[in-house]
Amino acid sequence: MNPVINTIEREQFKKGIPEFRVGDTLKVHLKIVEGEKERIQVLEGLVISKKGSGIRETFTIRKVSYGIGVERKFPLHSPSIDKIQVVKTGHVRRAKLYYLRDKKGKAARIEEKITARE
Amino acid sequence: MLNGLLGKKLGMTQIFKEDGTVIPVTIIEAGPCTVVQKKSVETDGYNAVQLGFIAKGKKGINKPTKGHFAKAKTKPVRFLRELRVEKSDDIQVGHTVDVDMFKPGEKIDISGISKGRGFAGVMKRHGFAGFPASRGTHEYFRHSGSISGGRTIRSRIFLGKKMPGHMGCEKVTLLNLEVVKIIKENNLLFIKGATPGANGGILFIRKR
Repeated sequence: MNPVINTIEREQFKKGIPEFRVGDTLKVHLKIVEGEKERIQVLEGLVISKKGSGIRETFTIRKVSYGIGVERKFPLHSPSIDKIQVVKTGHVRRAKLYYLRDKKGKAARIEEKITARE
Repeated sequence: MLNGLLGKKLGMTQIFKEDGTVIPVTIIEAGPCTVVQKKSVETDGYNAVQLGFIAKGKKGINKPTKGHFAKAKTKPVRFLRELRVEKSDDIQVGHTVDVDMFKPGEKIDISGISKGRGFAGVMKRHGFAGFPASRGTHEYFRHSGSISGGRTIRSRIFLGKKMPGHMGCEKVTLLNLEVVKIIKENNLLFIKGATPGANGGILFIRKR
């Protein structure tokens, strides 16, 4: 890519985004504007895909809400995201977890990644 | 005043609005352009200004080109384009123009040379539908149908009938594009949406 575009993209990067991977569980704090007021809504779910690079990077969050699968895609550097928290890190062997859409109950779980204690 | 200049397409990216909306943008390195020649009704039959863009090294300048720039007392440039003006009285040769002439929110027109597609078939070139992929179609998937009628038109083919042929690599002008942002220090112009041609191509930008 053109170095000029690269610097322009880098200038727009948001600071303080935690490092997360596909398979992790996140809490995404969204800014929601209702008329004049702005409030924060928290969406908790599993990261099933990460795509793109630079300012165009996006990620997809999946959660099962009242028995119905819900997915939402966000630009990583979007100003409408207030904060991202990593709740759990998962152990997965794929870059895209689209197979979870066909799984239910126990089969739709992701094993937690166990990191060595010091 | 002058209402257009030359630019180089750098590529596309996206920028965010405050409310989180994504705007796709093309970034153009626009100007600065120098006026190399002035044309007037008396001498040339029309009023125009010749603009030069991107300085050229010492190599590859033959005597006639050297003379052309020596007359204007400007440095040799790689690209020259003519811009029509209503009257050229207030413009001097050697005068430069830059991105400053545009404002965010303004509408502009952009011309450029589109990407070449080579010898293209009718589906790509004219958007024909082709033929069904199954049900007995034999070696005829991307063809056009019949190209002419029966006896009434004496079995000839109308002029301008859409057929396969060379596609792209021609001048394309897009109207009413929106200026999103300007960075004056680096001569950068942000245009909403796409522009013709490949990255690194030369674009002609005009105010509406």
